[in-house]
Order: sequence, then C-alpha cells, then structure tokens
Amino acid sequence: MTLRAIGITVRFDQRLILDDVDLSVDDGEIVALLGPSGSGKSTLLRVIAGLLRSESGTIRWDEQDLTALPPHRRQIGLVFQDEQLFPHLDVAGNIGFGLRMARVPRRRIAERTDELLHLVQLEGFGHRSIHELSGGEAKRVALARALAPSPRVLLLDEPLTGLDRELHDQLVVELAAILRSVGTTAVHVTHDVDEAKSMADTVLTMGDLRRDRPSA
Amino acid sequence: MDEDRSAVGSVVGAVSPATASEAKAADTEAAAITRSQRHASALWIAVVPTIFLAVFFGWPLVTMLRRGLAWSAFSSVLGDSGIRSVMWFTAWQAVVSTFATVVLGVWPAYVLARYRFTGRRALSALLAVPFVLPTVVVGLAFLALLPDSWRRSVPAILVAHVWMNVAVIVRTVGSFVSQLDPGLEDAAATLGASRWKTLRHVVLPLTKGAILGSVAIVFLFCFTSFGIVRILGGPAHPTLEVEIWRRTTQSLDLSTAAALSVIQLVLIVGALSIWTWRQRRAASGPVAMRTRTAFRTASSRTESLAVAVTAVVAAAFVLVPVGRLVAQSMQSSRPGNPLAAWQAIVHSDLGASLWASARVAAGAVLVATAMGALASIAIAGNPRAGALLDAGLMLPLGTSAVTIGFGLLITFDHPPIDLRGSWVMLPLGHALVATPFVVRAVLPTLRGIDPDLRHAASTLGARPWQVWRNVDLPVLRRALIVGAGFAAAISLGEFGASSFLARSGTETVPLAIARLLGRPSKLNLAEASALATVLMVVIVAILLILDRQPGGIGQSDVHRRRARPARVARTEVSR
Amino acid sequence: MKRRTPLVLAATVVLAACGSSTSRSTGSATTTAVAVTTPGSTLAGSSAPSVAAGSVTLKLLSYDAYVLPDSVKQFTAATGIGVEFVKAGADAGTLVNSAILTAGKPQGDVLFGIDNTLLSRGVTSKGLFIPYRSKESANLDQTATALVPGHEVTPIDTSDVCVNIDTSYFTAKGLTPPATFDDLVKPEYKGMLVVENPGTSSTGLAFMLATVAKYGPDGFAAYWKQLRGNGVVAVDSWDDAYFNEFSQGGSGGKLPIVVSYATSPPYPLVTGDEPRPTVPTTANLPDTCFRQIEFAGILDGSKHVAEDQQLVDFLAGRPYQESLPLSNFVYPIRADATVPDVFTKYATLSPKPWSVSPGDIAKNRDAWIETWTKTVLR
Repeated sequence: MTLRAIGITVRFDQRLILDDVDLSVDDGEIVALLGPSGSGKSTLLRVIAGLLRSESGTIRWDEQDLTALPPHRRQIGLVFQDEQLFPHLDVAGNIGFGLRMARVPRRRIAERTDELLHLVQLEGFGHRSIHELSGGEAKRVALARALAPSPRVLLLDEPLTGLDRELHDQLVVELAAILRSVGTTAVHVTHDVDEAKSMADTVLTMGDLRRDRPSA
Repeated sequence: MDEDRSAVGSVVGAVSPATASEAKAADTEAAAITRSQRHASALWIAVVPTIFLAVFFGWPLVTMLRRGLAWSAFSSVLGDSGIRSVMWFTAWQAVVSTFATVVLGVWPAYVLARYRFTGRRALSALLAVPFVLPTVVVGLAFLALLPDSWRRSVPAILVAHVWMNVAVIVRTVGSFVSQLDPGLEDAAATLGASRWKTLRHVVLPLTKGAILGSVAIVFLFCFTSFGIVRILGGPAHPTLEVEIWRRTTQSLDLSTAAALSVIQLVLIVGALSIWTWRQRRAASGPVAMRTRTAFRTASSRTESLAVAVTAVVAAAFVLVPVGRLVAQSMQSSRPGNPLAAWQAIVHSDLGASLWASARVAAGAVLVATAMGALASIAIAGNPRAGALLDAGLMLPLGTSAVTIGFGLLITFDHPPIDLRGSWVMLPLGHALVATPFVVRAVLPTLRGIDPDLRHAASTLGARPWQVWRNVDLPVLRRALIVGAGFAAAISLGEFGASSFLARSGTETVPLAIARLLGRPSKLNLAEASALATVLMVVIVAILLILDRQPGGIGQSDVHRRRARPARVARTEVSR
Repeated sequence: MKRRTPLVLAATVVLAACGSSTSRSTGSATTTAVAVTTPGSTLAGSSAPSVAAGSVTLKLLSYDAYVLPDSVKQFTAATGIGVEFVKAGADAGTLVNSAILTAGKPQGDVLFGIDNTLLSRGVTSKGLFIPYRSKESANLDQTATALVPGHEVTPIDTSDVCVNIDTSYFTAKGLTPPATFDDLVKPEYKGMLVVENPGTSSTGLAFMLATVAKYGPDGFAAYWKQLRGNGVVAVDSWDDAYFNEFSQGGSGGKLPIVVSYATSPPYPLVTGDEPRPTVPTTANLPDTCFRQIEFAGILDGSKHVAEDQQLVDFLAGRPYQESLPLSNFVYPIRADATVPDVFTKYATLSPKPWSVSPGDIAKNRDAWIETWTKTVLR
C-alpha cells in the first residue's frame, strides 16, 4: 500500500509554493522531509491531509483517489507544530476525540486511550487539564491523539520545533521508537537534518520532489 | 478565558483588530494559505441571520416607509429650518455624548481590568444597571439630583448619556485590556516610561480598535436617544427620533415621518461606513494577548490613590442616581409605612410583570443569541460580505423604535405570518436590538479560534457539523454567555419598541413602570421606583451569576502556549 | 398564527414553547381573556367565571393606562363572550394612529380610547370603524352623541383637563390660589406653572385647546406669550410634568400649579393599601377645564361584529359606566350612573368647560401646535 502525491501545484498570491511536486511513501515507511522555511513542506502536508486544495495534482492511496475527499474521510492523521489540543477537553478527551467521532463504544475508547497513554508514557494523565501540561507532555498528547484512530498515514508537521535542546533530543528518540513500535506509515517534516536522520527510513529534501529538477 | 470576564463584556470591535487571531504572530504560510481557502465555506450560514434581519427588520421598515414616502416631503423637510436644527442637534449631541463617554470611560475600564480591589466584580456588574432602567425612571433620578440650572438643558442630556453608556465602554474595552499582555507595560516601564506615558503610548494605541468597536454602539444609542432627550432636555431639544415619533404617533404626518426616517437611516449608514473604515485602519497588527486576566498591583502611592479614587468615583457615579430611586421607593406618603409601595407591588404588579419580562427576555435571548452566533460565524468567515452583515445588524439600533414597532404591526397582519396581538412580537423586536451585542461578544472569540484547531478535528475524522459541535461551540460557550447577558439586559430594559406593539396580557416591568406613572399619586411613583429597583437587582444578579460561570474557555486559551509566561515582577496572574 | 413559513418557525417555535406555559398560569385559554391582570385592581385570574368552550373572546384595544374594570365579568357571565384587553399604544394618539395604519386588518375587535381631539381623524379615516348605533344611545349625554352623527363610535366616558394646584403650598404661603386663565399670567404666580407640550402630549393639547377656546384662534398665542413671560415651564409629557415638576408629585418638584385632570385630586385617596390619605392636597380649577370625551368603536375587519355590538352596549350600560370612576378615573357618560362620593366632593367636573369642535381641531391642530411651539419653545 502506497501513499502517492502526484504533480501537486499550489499557488498563493500569484506565487508558486509547490510546483508540480511528487511524493511517494510505502507502507510502514517513515519519510523525513527536509527543507528551509517557506519551501512548502507544511503546505504539502496540508494538501495530503485535505486541508488545502491544490491547483492541480492528485493524492492516491493505492488505487483510491483521495483528491476530492474532505479531510475527515481520508483517515490521514496530522500532528501540528503547535499541537492544537482542544482547550475545553482534558487529556483523555483529546486522545479519544477521533474515536468518538467514529462512534466507537465508550468502553473501547477508554481502553484505547489507556493504551496510548501508556505508549507515550503518560499513564495517569487522563484527567489532567491540557493547561497543566509541560511542553513535552503536550507534544506527546498530540501524538497520542493523532495515533488513536489508527490513521493510514501519520503526518508530522515539525512536531518537535520550539523545544529546548535537551528535551528535543530526548523526544526525537522517543518519537522514533513510538512510530516504529506502532509500525505506522509517516511523513515527518522538519528543518533539522539530525532529527530527520535519526527518525526516518528515507530522508528527502523538498528539492528532491520537483519532477523537472531532480535532486541537487 | 479567565473568570474575570464579565458577562456583559467582550464587545470588542466587529472588525476588531488585534484580536487573538492576529496575536498569532508566528502564523505559518501554510496555515495562511489554508485560511484563504476557507472563506466561501461559511457564507451559507449568513443566510439565516440575513433572512431574520430582512424579514423582521427590512420588510417592516420598507412597508412602513412606503406608507408615507413622498419625494416632495424631502424638500419640505430639508427646507424647514426647524427640522434642520433638529438634525444638527441630533448629530452633534450624539458625537459629543459619545466622545465624552469614551473619554470618561476608558480610564475606569482600564482600572477595572487591571487592578484587583475589593468590590471590583460588584462594581463591574453594577455598571450595567443603567442598561435596564427605563429612561422615564432615569429622568426622575437625574432631575431630582441635577442642579436647578441644569434642568431641561443640553448638559443634563449629555450627563445622562454618559451615565447610561459608560458601561458599554468599561465592559467592552475592559475585557480587551484584561487580555492584553501586561508584559508590554512592564517592557515600557523598563524603557523608562512613566505609568502615564505607558498608558498614553502603549495601552491606548493598542486598545484603539476595541474602543472603536464599542463607539458605534454608543453613538447609535445617543443618536436615537428618545426618553432621555424628552425628559432631561425638555421639549425645546428634540432629536430626530423624537420628531419621527411625534409625526407618526401624534400628528399622523407619515410623509414627514418617512422622510425623517430615511434621513436618519442615511446619517446612520454614513456614520457606520466611516466607522467600518476607521476600524480597518485601526487594525494595529499582532498584539501579545494573555490567556487570563493579569492584575497589577499599584507600584506607587499615587497609583494606588488614582485607582482608589477611580473606583470610588465610578461607584458613586452609578450609585447616586440608583440610591435616589431606592429612596424614592420608600416615599409613598403612607404615614409610618415606608414599605407601602413594596407591599403594593408584591400584591399586584410584581409577579406578573416579572414573569412577563422573564418570558420575553428568555425569548429575546434565545433568538438574539442564535442569530448573533450564526451571524458571527458568517462575519468571521467572510471579511467583506461579513462587514456588510455586521453593519446591517446594527441598523435596528439606529432606526426609530416607532418605525420598527408600527412596521411590525402592519407587516405581519396576515398569513403566513400573522402576529397580530401576539406577545411573540416583543421578543422578536428585542432580539433585533440585542443581536448586534451578541455579535460584539462572540466575534472576537470566534476570530480568535485558530483554524488549525478545527483542522485538527477534521483530520481526526470529525465531519463539518461535528467540528462545529465539538470545537467551535464549546470554545464559544463563554462568549455566548456574555452575549446572552447583554441580550438579557437589553430586553429587560427595552421600552420603546415594546410600547408600540399591541400586546395582550404581557406587561413587562418597564411597561408596568410607565403605566404606574400614568396616575397622579406619590404611591404610584414609589411603586414605579420599587419596580425599577427590582429590575436593577435582577440584572445585577444575572450578571454576577453569569460572571461566575465555571471555567470559561475563550480565544486566549487556544493560544495559551504561544503567549509568553509574563510572570514579571509586579504582575500576578489570577488562578 | 396557524400557518407560518419555515423561516419564521425557527424563531417562533421557541417563543411559542415559552408562551404555552402562560395560559396555564392563568387558567384555561378562554378564561385568560378576562383574567388579564388589570393594573391597579386585583387580578381576577382563576376566579373568573369560566366560559363555555368554543365561545368568542373579543379583543378590546386601548391605550396602556386603561384599566379593564371588574364589571366586565358581568358581561362575560351574561353573554358568554370573553373580553381580552390588548394594550395598543402608550397614549391615545398612538392608539388611534396605529389603528388607522392597521385599518382593515385590526389588532382587535373593539377600540376604546379615541377622544374628541382625535375624533375627526378616526371617523373620517376610511374603513376604520363599522358604524353602530348603540341600544343605550338614548341614555347617553346628548352633546356627546351629537359629535358622531354617523355613529361610527359611541361615547363612553368624559373628564376634564384642568389646571391643578397644590393647595398645601398656597395655604402655607398664605397666598390666594389662582382661579382663572387670566390669573395665571399675574406676577404673584410667576414661575409656578408647568404645562405639557401639545405636540407630544394629549393633556397638553387639551389645555392648549382650552386657551384657544377662551382667547380665540387669533388671541391664544398672545396669552401664551404672557405665560412665557410669567415663567411657564413646558415639558414633554403629563407624567414628566406631574412627577418631576409638580410640588405634590412626590419627587421633589417645586412648581405648585400643573396641567392635569379634574379627577386627579382624589386619586391618592382611593388607591393603595390602608391607611390612605383622607383629604386631597391638590385641587382643580373649574374655570380652566377642557372637556374630553372618550369613545369606543367597532373596528372594521373584526370577525365578530354581532358580539362587538353587544360589548359596545355593555360599555355604555350602567354596570360598566358605574365602575369607570374608580377604575379609570373618569366620569360616566350616562346621566343615570351614580358616581362615588369622593368624585362629587373632590373631582367635580367644570360647569362651564371649554371646548372646540372636533372638526375645528382636525383642521387647525397642526397649525395651532406650530404657533404654540414658536411662542413657547423658540
């Protein structure tokens, strides 16, 4: 099973953000996408997630064309750079959100939430307010929330940016371990080369994705 | 959001700049592109409030105007020096009243938002009292208090306008200030700015947008002032509103009334356009906003003194006329029984009219909150068309009550909408006036919700309506409560439009007060004052309860982690 | 109300839901009609006689200050027809003008409260009233019935707008109170009189008309000029004049002379709980009175004309007429109706009231108001 973005072009204010970009991710593969600010990495993730319409191009999951599907029907998870935890819900409420949307029975949601809290090493945090979380804890909750509904692909949009060095390095290791233990297909966007290398099976730069300009 | 957000607060500008959405300085380009694609999506939501406005305001207005509109009336109206001076007086007193209200309101707004002191919340709720008092009662209190030389004079009008509207400034601007990062002020202080200079050069410029947002409402209130102008100004100083009322209800000169209504609308629309334009220009870019109210403690004796004096003066300003009314309720000319009037209203009017008021207010609150929420969603999603809807929703505030009232009467008199004699007219009429307040309360919070929060929900499988139900609504809960508090205050105090509608069995408290003052007895006067006192207690209670609503959630929380933890010396953060 | 567009439905469903509980609080839907809280009197809610199901309830439109007397229950008991009071305006002017605007599709069945200053406007307005000659017509004051030869409306009550004085003030000062129009311009009463603006107040209009009757259409302006010179205070409404300016209003007013009603003086003696005052502190001046007559008429568009006619007959009949003084502080229009002692003692109607014919009022009112405004306000 393969996620493919083919010929994606996005223009904003007359400016080409993505110009005929291709990306292909195999089942279980973790791809790190490197590039400087403004190179369109996040934009590409949003196109894949369905949050943003591209001017041209298609998104495919195997033979299924996802291009016209709204985000809630794509089963593609996204971890935002600034977490975007729901402020009115506690930790468990955030993690269980996707399952509630899918009308999973309550007991099953509780089990799955506990599983994920264990996975991200936050046992007992279920009833914490998200306002009481430290920076690192919030990142873990965001990751657990995105993983809870078992998406086909997990997109991570610079999830470790803005942390201090020590915490960053620690979370890189943890995140890599979690992703591998879950065995999820993932696209990890970052501008940090070391982070990319230690997380991913494949490291690509934005430049690699241009059809007409093969890697520099 | 913090627990200190007052219920009648948060009326920050419609096109309010510097709300939390702009505080999101580190907005990624990807997010910006995403947002640019979202606009059209909310447009259909505008349909419901637009139809509400068109059906219950536009249609009656046009029906009423068509009854009298004659082009010849315009030339005779504009050629009449008497009417020209009425127009001139209406405009300048509104400008001066608004200006005075803003000038006098901004400092207390700042003090109430920034300093913690005993009775702060009570004072905040108290400031809403003038909103629910029928003008006839306000007139009574002021005439008894003002110096003789000010009786039936323009200064009396101005003082009362300030008294009635300063709450709008205090609550709206205050709620904005309370979220402004006090770190900015501390930064200015470290750069050598005195408190005064900090206020002048940091706080005031940042607050300009919020001030402008509430200015429109104050202006419309003063422009269409009716009862205050008649009582405190005397017959020599009518406003356009008074003239329209007089031509319609007394002399049945509908063509003049229609011409004056059109002129009033043109002036209002003109003022609103300038306002919208100014608001855009006032947009000052991102401002560091805080999640919770950050209080200061005064750093110098002068500062403490200034705060204390402000609080005392503000309290006295509100309480003196209020106290006068309470005292009045005990003067019933029944020897040895100061509570005669209270016993009388308990026996007769109180229960029934409180019940009627509660019913009408509940209806008005429901309709206004629903319409205001839907309108806000549409306005937030569509900057251009939204500004139009926003201004359109303000129009009922600037239209004469008799035109709306009679318009409703002659419009909904046959199927499919036959509301003749129905009490439903009242909440509908009130909702028209209250909706813009709900918009003021909800819009800033709505604009402050990071679109990515909704995106997060949809990538987790939430359908659009589920996103609305599970993200927007809970986050807006607090702001909706704030808007509902405003709507309740408006409805409880509304008299103008109510008095023109045919009503059976429904006598709201303001109408009961007016009826009591229709008979020559000191007891009636005392009963009317007692009813007014009840009305004040009710609104203060409602606001205090609403203010205590647990764990409000608002725009700022959404950005909580972005806001820097400004726990600087001299700044303590409330819970 | 039965059929609505879906759009309105959204707004009204909620309201209707709230509304349903009202009728519960006042008994069955039919009795609600009679049970409308009548201001000033006790509320007659559940004690109202129940009306047979399916019977008619008439909507009686009047101004807000009108009080539906308890005697109306006799009408309901006798005929099975309910009466519901619908408030349709803060004053008579608003009431009549809104009725004219809604002519043909009225807000109710019978309108009460059009007076002789508005009579021409109402009677000449096409399709406002359905003429009806009441069975009681012969028993009513003939000068009043003569005002409506076409029987569009029926006279119901009468009262005078008169200058009232604070008797205690004059006693305390040892000053002879004024008695006539001419007295009011004398220097000893300088700055003592408060009047209402005839452009915005029916009381003010009546008083101005009295001066027109006394001094003539060409002379009344000169009289007002003198009044102005003598420090007359003009305000916009009766309640403003009475409560804010009059020294017996109770709110600290300082002026001892006010334009009010002949029936104002005894009002405090009969209202509120015991102990009540026993002697009035105010009095009316019979030489300064303008006679007001109020009429009732059947609104064109009413679906129950036969019942409306019964109601008009009842309003002109003795039980209702005799209940008027203590409920609405007006005199009956029937000579044979008895009037309470407190009225004969303290609220006597003027033996020589001033009057202007409704036709002249209709023709000149705007011009006279304009003259008044120029003379007194500018």
